[in-house]
Amino acid sequence: MMMCKEATRLMSLKQDRPLTFQERVSLRLHLSMCSACRECDRQFTLLHEAGKRFGPEHDPEQDDDGR
Amino acid sequence: MSEKEERLQRLTAVRPRLVSFALMHLRDRSQAEDAVQEAMMSAIEKNESFAGRSGYETWVFGILKYKILDAMRAQKRHGRWQPLEEEEGDDAIDRQFQQSGRWQASARPSSWGEPEAAFETEHFWQVFDACMIALPDNAARVFSLRELMGLSTDDICKELGIKENNCWVILHRARLRLRACIEQGWLKEETA
Repeated sequence: MMMCKEATRLMSLKQDRPLTFQERVSLRLHLSMCSACRECDRQFTLLHEAGKRFGPEHDPEQDDDGR
Repeated sequence: MSEKEERLQRLTAVRPRLVSFALMHLRDRSQAEDAVQEAMMSAIEKNESFAGRSGYETWVFGILKYKILDAMRAQKRHGRWQPLEEEEGDDAIDRQFQQSGRWQASARPSSWGEPEAAFETEHFWQVFDACMIALPDNAARVFSLRELMGLSTDDICKELGIKENNCWVILHRARLRLRACIEQGWLKEETA
């Protein structure tokens, strides 16, 4: 059984690369049973959104090349 | 007002945001201000090359990104960074979990409410700022490159010369520290 600490590792990883099928399944299973981790998952996503707002408010993908 | 003057005004207005953005990455106020100064000079010089496809501020941020990356490379070259593989032990993380891997009762995440509402308040950003400054230097640099600058972990590894796995470990710790810090600062004040 995956514990919270390991689940947070996958939640973090999810922000940086797509999870494998296996990883997705274990994370989803854990989240379905653990409300604290569901909050943590939301918070990591919120940090990701906050980071985007901190810089230019527009989509960085559409930046003109500033060099 | 001429277009040039209008852009100069917009530059002045966005400057504080540029400085805090640079500060998150460089962890040094005078270096952050230098990078912003250079970016602003460069924006003025290259005024003609602004194509207007994105917002003017976004374009300036784009220039600043390169200045920050240059400054980071210089910091690294001058040995001003702790080795990235040896970020100090993760006591702060271990304190959030029991031996078994479950959350400590005192560290269990609680709801932050609606993200949109949080983003609207000045207080959230003050807490975010303070918590970023409280992060260990390397954690803050990697987190900033990933989440503020939006680089992929692959690019960050190339930039910093570390293994991708290492990058993920650093980001995991950075996020756990940040969330704990923000929750403390944010919810405490909210209910006070």
